This record gives sequence, structure tokens and C-alpha cells, in this order.
Amino acid sequence: MSIDKREVSAIEADPIADPGLPAHQPRPTDTDEYLEKRAERQVATLFGLSTLFVILFCVSYFVFKIGDDPTEILGFGASNVALGGCLGLALLCIGVGMIQWARKLMSDHEIVEFRHPGSSSDEDRTETVAILQTGLEESGIGRRPLIRNSLLGAMGALGIVAILPLRDLGPLPGDKLNHTVWKKGMRVVQDVGGNPIKPADMEIGQLVNGEPAVFFEEKDGEPIYDGVALQVQKAKAAVVIVKMQPDDITPWPGRENWGVDGILCYSKICTHVGCPISLWEQQTHHLLCPCHQSTFDLADNGKVIFGPAARHLPQLPLALDDEGYLIATSDFTEAVGPSFWERDTIKTGE
Amino acid sequence: MSRTESVARTNGTKASKAAKPNKVGAAAEWADDRLGLATLAKKNLRKVFPDHWSFMLGEIALWSFIVLLLTGVFLTLWFRPSMVEVVYDGSYSQLRGIKMSEAYASSLHLSFDVRGGLLMRQMHHWAAMVFIAAMMVHLLRVFFTGAFRKPRELNWVIGSLLLLLGTLEGFTGYSLPDDLLSGTGIRAADGFMKSMPVVGTYMSFFLFGGEFPGDSIIPRLYTIHVLLIPGILLALIGAHMLLLVYHKHTQWPGPGRTEQNVVGYPMLPVYMAKAGGFFFVVFGVLGLMGALLTINPVWRFGPYNPAEVTAGSQPDWYMGWPDGALRIMPNWETHLWNNWTLSWNVFLPIIVLPGLMFTIVMMLPFLEQWITGDKREHHLLERPRNAPSRTGLMVALMTFYAILWMAGGNDILAIKLKLSINQITYFNRAAVFIGPVIAFFITRRWCISLQRADNDKLLHGLESGVIMRDAQGGYTEKHIPLPVDKAYTLTARARDEVYVPDSEADENGVNAPGARLNKLRSRFSRLWYGDNIQKPTKAELEEGHHHAELEEAHDAPLEGHAADGHQFDGRHDIEDEHLSRQHD
Amino acid sequence: MRLITSLIRRTVGRLSAGRRSRLAAPLVLLLGLLITGGMYAALSPASATKAADEDQVAKGRALFLVGCASCHGKNAEGITTVKGGQYGPPLVGVGAAAVDFQVGTGRMPLAQPGDQALRKAPVYDQDEIEALSAFVASLGPGPAIPEKSEYDYSKVSNEEMVRGGEFFRTNCTACHNFAGAGGALPRGRFAPSLNGVSAKHMYEAMLTGPQQMPVFSDQVLTPEDKLQIISYLKKNEATPAYGGFTLGSLGPVSEGLFAWLVGIGVLVGFAVWIAANPARSTRKKPTA
Repeated sequence: MSIDKREVSAIEADPIADPGLPAHQPRPTDTDEYLEKRAERQVATLFGLSTLFVILFCVSYFVFKIGDDPTEILGFGASNVALGGCLGLALLCIGVGMIQWARKLMSDHEIVEFRHPGSSSDEDRTETVAILQTGLEESGIGRRPLIRNSLLGAMGALGIVAILPLRDLGPLPGDKLNHTVWKKGMRVVQDVGGNPIKPADMEIGQLVNGEPAVFFEEKDGEPIYDGVALQVQKAKAAVVIVKMQPDDITPWPGRENWGVDGILCYSKICTHVGCPISLWEQQTHHLLCPCHQSTFDLADNGKVIFGPAARHLPQLPLALDDEGYLIATSDFTEAVGPSFWERDTIKTGE
Repeated sequence: MSRTESVARTNGTKASKAAKPNKVGAAAEWADDRLGLATLAKKNLRKVFPDHWSFMLGEIALWSFIVLLLTGVFLTLWFRPSMVEVVYDGSYSQLRGIKMSEAYASSLHLSFDVRGGLLMRQMHHWAAMVFIAAMMVHLLRVFFTGAFRKPRELNWVIGSLLLLLGTLEGFTGYSLPDDLLSGTGIRAADGFMKSMPVVGTYMSFFLFGGEFPGDSIIPRLYTIHVLLIPGILLALIGAHMLLLVYHKHTQWPGPGRTEQNVVGYPMLPVYMAKAGGFFFVVFGVLGLMGALLTINPVWRFGPYNPAEVTAGSQPDWYMGWPDGALRIMPNWETHLWNNWTLSWNVFLPIIVLPGLMFTIVMMLPFLEQWITGDKREHHLLERPRNAPSRTGLMVALMTFYAILWMAGGNDILAIKLKLSINQITYFNRAAVFIGPVIAFFITRRWCISLQRADNDKLLHGLESGVIMRDAQGGYTEKHIPLPVDKAYTLTARARDEVYVPDSEADENGVNAPGARLNKLRSRFSRLWYGDNIQKPTKAELEEGHHHAELEEAHDAPLEGHAADGHQFDGRHDIEDEHLSRQHD
Repeated sequence: MRLITSLIRRTVGRLSAGRRSRLAAPLVLLLGLLITGGMYAALSPASATKAADEDQVAKGRALFLVGCASCHGKNAEGITTVKGGQYGPPLVGVGAAAVDFQVGTGRMPLAQPGDQALRKAPVYDQDEIEALSAFVASLGPGPAIPEKSEYDYSKVSNEEMVRGGEFFRTNCTACHNFAGAGGALPRGRFAPSLNGVSAKHMYEAMLTGPQQMPVFSDQVLTPEDKLQIISYLKKNEATPAYGGFTLGSLGPVSEGLFAWLVGIGVLVGFAVWIAANPARSTRKKPTA
């Protein structure tokens, strides 16, 4: 099968030949003056209505209050509904009016335009190719490979200029991802309130969203962590503290004394892509991530039992301080949050 | 019926007259003296656009993009892309006194202390959702009707890039207000980046200017959102439209509509009024949506806090499908030499899959061209049924997309339909592979059946529903012949030609270069076209008509004959005739 | 209504009878009697100060035996299934607050055994709920029904209400969603919507941790904290919907649905109208 590449496909007159464009039929508005006038009035009314809505828009802008004590209509914010409603209707009236005008009143004779082949004529093509050839020859780019290659090299090298200055976009990762602010002896406190926790305060089935005490401490009257620095540390250090029946817990070897009276502490940051998790089912001991439904079993060392997360939830070893409050005995023993390429290469903890 | 015998030489319907000097003429002269645009305008002001509802889907996208630009400019007047911590003291009492980023505080200010600010925010967001949705339905229309074929392949590629960029633009916008939802989205994006082998951690640190969340991400995303991507979008939309004008619009086949012409209404005035009116309609509908439907109530989410999350944390709908892939992906992770972590569970669904899907979509025209070997220009559209494999392929892709979409909303499905998240996930894991295959074959068969039905119509006419009994006691149904315009429209399509390689080997038995590839190609071509039903030939049609004549002749003696029951043929009113009521 | 509920209760009773092993019942009964007896002896000075209380307890016991004992055991000691699961959990020590929440929101008695007890119209009236609560409270120490002053949010200052919002986002939104519209949990369970729940029941839920919900004890989440959370939620209920219909407050999924159905749907409708061939007349155009 050979096909001319510049061929335009055509519909053969087989089995039926093209009967040609049907004759134009007038619309009712073309033949009936009453209908024509009516359509004209319709269009003009729509345009007039649009102006009316613009006026209403201006009125609502000044009449309806926003802010502290907003005006209410049927339980909705009056300003938004009125402004949007008037604006939308004003625009719709113009749009519908214009379209109606085109449909009913403008000439509706279909006209025919011929297509021309998308490509240029053969002469133009040959000529262009010839010009290109001449230009290339006159430049001598083919005959002087030294110039050509050194220019290409220079251009390529310039690419570095586009990339390298981006280096200062951020610092190198180093081992930042493997450490959090947790350290031996730091109290585990309730998030928002900042109260330290005694084991007796917690009941079986209790969940406490916790933070390291340092987030609530001050030094010289200034918070130690504040603003962006606080956000960065919180993104790694947030924890959940849960209390279960001690018999239900099956710690891995070496983790037997990481809990206190059935109280365990886990990183709140999902090991999948880093959402904070605190959907704890107290009866099944399952912790579910609301973002992608990874489910971890907190009675079984934070093991993944469902969903796309690949790693167990890092556990924070707990103990009691002299006053009987819960403290961490070290930093997390592994990096918290989502996996990353170098995760296993850097030692964590302490 | 009289027909328009010839086509006009110019695009006017009236004879041209020397224009009387008037205001329009004077203005045009003034402009042309300086710009010299008359030559260009002469050709294009009466440019013909064919009329069909499906040709206006791209327009929805275009107009919502304009709405995005307009509302977006309004928002920038108040929005401050800064992550500096401030204490909120605005009008919304539920958050007053809380520390938050300036970006979030200014979003709240826009929503509560700027009249019309909330409206503009909601319109902007709705317009973004509709923009991308309209691009997608436009893409489907172009594919299903074969409008992507030569010479429009490049415009298809540009369109795909627009979809990709629109998606990125949407995601960067979603991230700007720095509320709990958008921050959760950025948090996940950080996880996505970190999953990239070797460079992931560095990418994350460079983008965030250090550790997540840092203080750089929102200003950086802002520049990308208001400058970089919109600039590229504008340029590509310009190219897309220019190519559309250059190629002239495709049209449906029909009487008088050929590969060599375009039949429709002129740009000035009809199309301008319709398209311009549609702009106002799109703007108006988006205005009403902004007025009545809450979208992204940032004040309910609260400021971003890396230790908080909300149930129903989802991306906007256009990012729903990779998010769904992320949800149903098994938790695979490889540890290379106990040192390097490769998170397949994140990398495959969110980095590899979208890239792969966009590449596939972009390559579709070239793929089909290679299979069919059809290098001709096409300006007449094909009905989806007349390209069963093409239609099936797109429906398969749509099914794939839809299942991932469902997976992305699995928690909402679970609570609304009272299902188990776990069961939905297991189901989707299987369905994402099986579903598209089933969809492909069902669609293909369905199309082929529709082709058969078309041929039946052509050969035998329309079924009238009137059953005739002849003298011998045989029963036949009356058929009404198809009007010639309709019949022509049905046959106005090319016969499919299965690609056959020229020769497998030359005379010496040596395989021609590329013979293996050609063999593969012919096999694909056979799969692509093999089962299609071709339109009847002239001979077949004549035989069909002959049949119809016979039928008529066969029924002729019965016409007007008062045989029992025959008078009730649905065409004649019969007085004093009632069906006997024996069972009363 | 009564008929239906008693029917349900009887059905549940029959079911439980089928599941129990024959020996288990007397054994558990004996155990339960011992525990309750012991508890009662230990607690009687505190709980039985007034005769009226004793009447309440007696009335509650009577109701309990009819409506609850088939699952929870005759002395609320709980019933264990053959596989070791709980048919009805023991209620010793759950406190009056738990009973008031479960029965007051209609979750108990269960309409049918399932993953989760659903909120429905309460079966018992206020007196009966109080009697049941008194009976269960008499079995062992547990959280009492909060006083009205504890959940009266009318005097909470704006500052405290804002702080309640912070507690809410930290502790509650993960399950109940940012607007308290509810969310999904594993295996078909879900966190219910908080809209329209009374302040008392919210308070009791935090205190007792019904079903899968974790407990938020008073020592960690203080009564003031709880009250602040309630006042935040109630403030939201009283705030107008600034941006129009809330679409269920479910987040981007419902928004996407509306973008397609309303946005694309209406606009495609307009496109069809614009391109539709207008009506044609058979009359000839008057020649001008």
C-alpha cells in the first residue's frame, strides 16, 4: 500500500454520491415580523436585566456587612451570595442575550470556505531547503568542525550557569532528617496545653497527642523554639501516647521496657508521606492515617498491617522522672517520617 | 429539492459593494495605515467555524482560563505569599489570637475583610476546577472523533502539555493559602520528592530551602503559580489557537461537507456573538458557583500545623487519580545493600505513573498513525463507533483513570456508601488492571454492533414497526427507506485498510530491514481494524434497495385491502372499525 | 415503637442464648455476683447515701435485666463469645456518663449486632436513662454524668473558644474532619458527625471513649479544655455559611463532584443550546 504523504483523504462517492449542501431554510424569525420583533425585545430585555443586576451588585456591596458581625440570609453570608448572585446573573444575561441574538436574528446562511493544504508548495519547499543549504555552506559550519564543536561545547557549558546558581536554594540534607529534638530525660507533654503526663492520669484506651516539653519552654523570656523553627521541629517530633492493657502489648526483643504501665509512645508522622496520624481505635489498637489509609498496630510495635506505608511507626522509649512524669529515654532510634534514599546510611539515636 | 449549486468565492453572502465612507471604515483605515492588518483581517474576519456542541468544550477551558486571570489578579492585590509568623486579629473570631503564617492570615483577610474577596477566591477555585475538567472533556472529544489526526498531531501535543501544566498550576494554587489542608498537601509532596532515588532528599531540601516546612516554599510556589506557569500557559494557548486557525476547524461529514471545505458560520458576526456570549455564560456560571457553593473554606481548616491533620485530606479532583494510585499501591520498599532505600510504594504511583500516563497520552496520535499506516490529512471527523479500537482504547484509559479516582476518594466512599476502606482498596487493586481490559473489549464490540446497525439502516431502511401478513400467511415488517442526506452522512467515511507489509523478504530470501517491525505493525493493524464493519458497497446497497422494492411489490396487493387486522397499520385512520372484543 | 424495640431486644436475647456455651452462663453469673457483691460492699457507703438513690438503682436494675442483660450479662459482667471476643462488654466501672451517652444518643440498645452502634432516636426516656445510669454507676466507680455547669459553654470567652479550636484540630479533626462532619475508620467503621450532638453528649464521649474512640481523661484533657472544644464546635454551628452551601463539608472530593456535575454539566448544556439548530419555518421569506 503506497500512500502519498501529502495526500488528503477523501470520501469516495461510493456507495452514495455527495448530494451537496441542502438548501437554506429560513427561521420563523426570518419570515414572521412579529416573531422577529419579539426576539429583538427578548434580547434587549436581557441586556437591560444585566444592567439591573449590576446596580443590585453595587447596592449589595454597600448594604451587606462582612467582617465581625456579617449580615445573614437564610444562614448564608449575605455579602458573598448577593454579590456573586448579581454578578453571575448580570454576566449570564449578557451571554444569553448575545447568543440569542446570534441564533434568532443574525444571518444564518451557512457559508463555505475552502481548505488549502497545510504544507507549502513544492517550489517553496525546494527553495527553502536550498536557502538553508546555502546559508549552512556559507557559514562553513560543516567544513570547520573545530569551530562547530567548540561552540557546541561552549553552549553546553553555559547550561551549568543555568543550574549551578540554584545550589543555594537550600542547605544540604546532612543528617538532619535522622534527628529530632527528643533526648534523654525530656518530658512528654500534651500538645496545645503543654501539661506533663503521669501514668496514673491516663486510662486504658486513652490517646494523648504529645510534644516534647522543650516546645513549651522559654529561655530568657523567649520561647526556645518559635515560628518556622518550631514548625520544622514539630514536623519530626510530634508523638502520640496511648495506654493499653499491658497484656495486649507484644514488644519486640529489646523494647520490653520502652513502655510504662501499658503506656507507649510513637511518632505521629506517617512513614508513608508524612501526614500526622492520630486516628486511634482504642479497642483494636490500630492507628490509621487519614491521608492514604496506612494502618499501624500500636500493640505490635507500630507494625504496618494495611495500606501503602512500608515501615513500622518509630517508637519513642519512655520512662518516668523523679517526679513521676513521663520522659523519653533517648531520641527516636530511627529516622521518623517518609522514607528517603539515604535513610539507612546514617546512625540515629542518642 | 433545490440545492446550493456552487460555493461562494468569497466568504460573504452578498455581492461586495464599494463601501460608503462611514465611521467603521474611517477607524479601520486609521488602524491599517499604522498596522497594515487589513490583508490578515480580510481573510480571517469571515473565517468559517462549523457549529456543533462538542466543538465548544475547549472554549469552556479557554474562558475559564480568562476568568482565572481576572480573579487571580484581584486576589494578588491582598494575598501575601509569606511564611512569616503573625498573630491573627481579623474578623473571624474562631481564629483570633492564633499564630499563623502571613499567607494564611491574608487569605482570611481576603475572605472576611475584603468585600467580594471571598467571592473572588471561590470563583478562582471553581474556575480552576472547571478549567482542567473542560480541558479533559475537550481532549476526549478530540480523541473520540479522530480530530488529532494529521495535520493536527502537534496541536494534540500542545494540548496535552496544557493539561499537564494546568494540573501543576492547580496544585501550586491549592498549596498557597497555607491552611491545614494545603499544608498537608505540601507535606505529602515533600514525601513524594524524598522517594526519588539518589536525588530525592536534595530536591526536597532545595525546594523547601532546608527542612520541611521551612519558610521558602510558599513564596517560591507563588512565583511559579502567578508568573512561570501562567506565562507558559498563555504562550501555549496562543500557539494552540493559532494552529487551530491555520488548520481550520474539523467538521462532521454530511451533505456538502467534504475534506476540502469548511461549512459553517462566519467569525463576524455569528461566531463572535456565540463565542463571546459563551464567555459571559461561563463567567456567569462560575460567578453563581462562587456565590452559592462553598469551596475550600480555609477558615474551617485552621492554620497549617505539622502535628495536625483532618479526615478527608484529599487533593483537588485532578490530582485525585495519582493520589488513588498511592492509596492502593502495595507497600513495597527495597533496601539496597542495607544502605539505600528505594520507596517503590511512593515513587511508582506518584512520580513514575503520572509521567508515564502523560507520555502515553501525548504519543497516542503517533501510535495510531504507526499502527494504521495512515499518513493522509483528515479534516472530517469520525464517529466514535467507526473507530472501534480507538474508542475502546480511550474508554480503557478512562476506566483506568476512573478506578484510580475512586481509590483517591475511598474514605469518602466508605462513609457515604457504608463500605469498608479495606475492601474498597482490595477491590481497586484488582479492578485497576482488569477494568480497563474489560472496558476495551466491551466498548469495541459495542461500536462494531452500532456499525452493523448503521449498515442495516442503509441496506434495509428504518424499521417501521408495521407487520404485514401476506396471502400465504408469511409475516414481514415494513421498512421505510432512509432519506438520502442521512444515508450519505452514514456512508461518508473511509473504508479501513489493514496494513500489509510490502514483502517479507527480497528475492534472495534476506529479510528487508525493518521487516520484523513491519510484521508487528501489520499484526497490530489487523487487531485495530480487523473486526470493523465496512460500509456497504454500491452493489450491496443496490441489492438492498432491490429488496426493498420487492418488499413493496410484495405488500402492494395488500394496500387498501380489507383483510382482518391489516387496516390497523398505524398509517390510516379507520372509521367504524373496532377490534372485536370477544373476551369482554 | 415499643413493640418493635421489645421485639429487637427479644431477638438479640435469643441470639445471645444461641452463642453462649451451656456452662458459661452459671459460671459467669457466679463470677459476676461475686464481683458485684464485692464492689457493692466496698462502695456502698459512698453510693447509697439516700434512699431515693437506692430506688433509682433498683429501677435501673429492673430495666437493665429486661433491656440490656441479654448482651451485657445479668450483672453487667459482659458476655464472652466462644472465640474469646466480647458479645457485650462488661459495664462494671464504665460509669454513669457512659450509660447516659450510649443510651441517651440511642446507640444502646443495639438495633442489630454490627461493627458499630449507630446514633438513633433514644429508646428510653430521661427517667429510665437516669435509672440505668444509676444502676451501672452502682456497679463500680467510673465517670459520673457531668453537671450542667461543666458543659455550659455560654460563658466561655472568645480566647478560650479559640484555644478549644486548637485542641479540636490537634485531637479530633483526624477522625471527625475539620468541620466535624465525620470520617472513615478501618473496616467499615467510621467517626460520626458531631453536628447536632448536644454539649452533654460531646462531653461524655470525650470522658468515656465510646466504642473505638479513645478516652480523653480529665487529668490530661482537663474539664476546661473539654468545655473549650465544645464551645468551639457550638460557635461553628452558630456561624453562617459564608460561602454558600457547604457541600457536606467533606473536602475536595465533594467539591470535585460539583465541579463536574454543576460546572461542566451546566456549561455543556449551554454549549448544546448554542449549537442547536434553531427551529425552521416552511414559509418562504418575504421577498424584499
